[in-house]
Amino acid sequence: MEEEMHTDAKIRAETGTGSSPRGPGCSLRHFACEQNLLSRPDGSASFLQGDTSVLAGVYGPAEVKVSKEIFNKATLEVILRPKIGLPGVAEKSRERLIRNTCEAVVLGTLHPRTSITVVLQVVSDAGSEARAVLTFALDNVEQKLLMSSTKGLFSDAELQQCLAAAQVASQHVFRFYRESLQRRYSKS
Amino acid sequence: MLRFIIYLRYICNMCFRTVEPLEYYRRFLKENCRPDGRELGEFRTTTVNIGSISTAEGSALVKLGNTTVICGVKAEFAAPPTDAPDKGYVVPNVDLPPLCSSRFRSGPPGEEAQVASQFIADVIENSQIIQKEDLCISPGKLAWVLYCDLICLDYDGNILDACTFALLAALKNVQLPEVTINEETALAEVNLKKKSYLNIRTHPVATSFAVFDDTLLIVDPTGEEEHLATGTLTIVMDEEGKLCCLHKPGGSGLTGAKLQDCMSRAVTRHKEVKKLMDEVIKSIKPK
Repeated sequence: MEEEMHTDAKIRAETGTGSSPRGPGCSLRHFACEQNLLSRPDGSASFLQGDTSVLAGVYGPAEVKVSKEIFNKATLEVILRPKIGLPGVAEKSRERLIRNTCEAVVLGTLHPRTSITVVLQVVSDAGSEARAVLTFALDNVEQKLLMSSTKGLFSDAELQQCLAAAQVASQHVFRFYRESLQRRYSKS
Repeated sequence: MLRFIIYLRYICNMCFRTVEPLEYYRRFLKENCRPDGRELGEFRTTTVNIGSISTAEGSALVKLGNTTVICGVKAEFAAPPTDAPDKGYVVPNVDLPPLCSSRFRSGPPGEEAQVASQFIADVIENSQIIQKEDLCISPGKLAWVLYCDLICLDYDGNILDACTFALLAALKNVQLPEVTINEETALAEVNLKKKSYLNIRTHPVATSFAVFDDTLLIVDPTGEEEHLATGTLTIVMDEEGKLCCLHKPGGSGLTGAKLQDCMSRAVTRHKEVKKLMDEVIKSIKPK
């Protein structure tokens, strides 16, 4: 089994902007994103990284059932559908991870007593045969660790290395977010 | 008169606890302690009882303060998976029945139970606690399936730590009978008189933390503390200091330094739990 701890391919920025520098120990697969591609949801996006792609749709702020209502915040709900088969326990576990991560960053207090539903569909999934896979979610202000999910056995030193690599890689991802949103709003 | 004043003070404190639980907790956290008298890095009293279910191949009951989890392991025969004919199965399931807390309703497993089941399955898979090849009897034909059922009897927070410990203790207690395949009849013959323990390769121990107000970390949160916390973190470590799982499902952010503090606390917790486990195993009289 290969002992790779991070994905391995060149990072190429979206067409239109120049190529971005590659940090040491950080190489991301090419990613692309398309927004507002579905007509029914209030918001939608498709994100592609290498051969992995996910389609997301957001409905909200909408009516919420009285049993699920929170008096001062919006109620966030996440539904994750796998590429094949019916959703199982693993999907439920991932849904909770995504929901808790989004709850930490979404300004739910602006829409009290409403519901925001995020529906995710895995379109294609190209994983990696590695000894351990560590997934982190970092915030852009202070690079703090918001979410972490790991698979496999690893040491503390390897964890620190991966966290540092993730912090460098997240800069590229945030820049990508800013650029794609700028492009979208400059057109309209 | 003095007794009346003390009683009145107690009533006021209890009202404050119900009306403003977060403020009540903050007052204690400022003094670096908690309402139940524990320090921020102190675990509740942990007790473990092994082998209480005689009908199961292995069992363990773990109490972490008030949180009580019982794990029973049953072994059955099955055909090995076609893509791995020399491996057996370990199937965990965490059940949070309405008995343990009023927040759970009867019916299909809720989200909390499913997340806990997936967590235990990940710990078993990542830590390689059992080599699945050890569960194979005859490659391609027969293998053991270990059904690990974890049932929470009393829910007072920190369910993941209790479940991991109960699973480890129960698996150490499992005795499987010797099975031979009769060449003439091609049937399995079980020798109940000759039993052997499982080969437990690593000892994963979980340590859970709750994040308060985005800054303060407390270890082993109770049910009330979990409800007030802004985030949780669970670290599963084995004896060599290797991490099997770093589970942080969202919530407030953590800096690298805080993460390191948690790691060191997890290391000390592992030593405490290992010592307790060894004592219990030694005290079991051999059958």
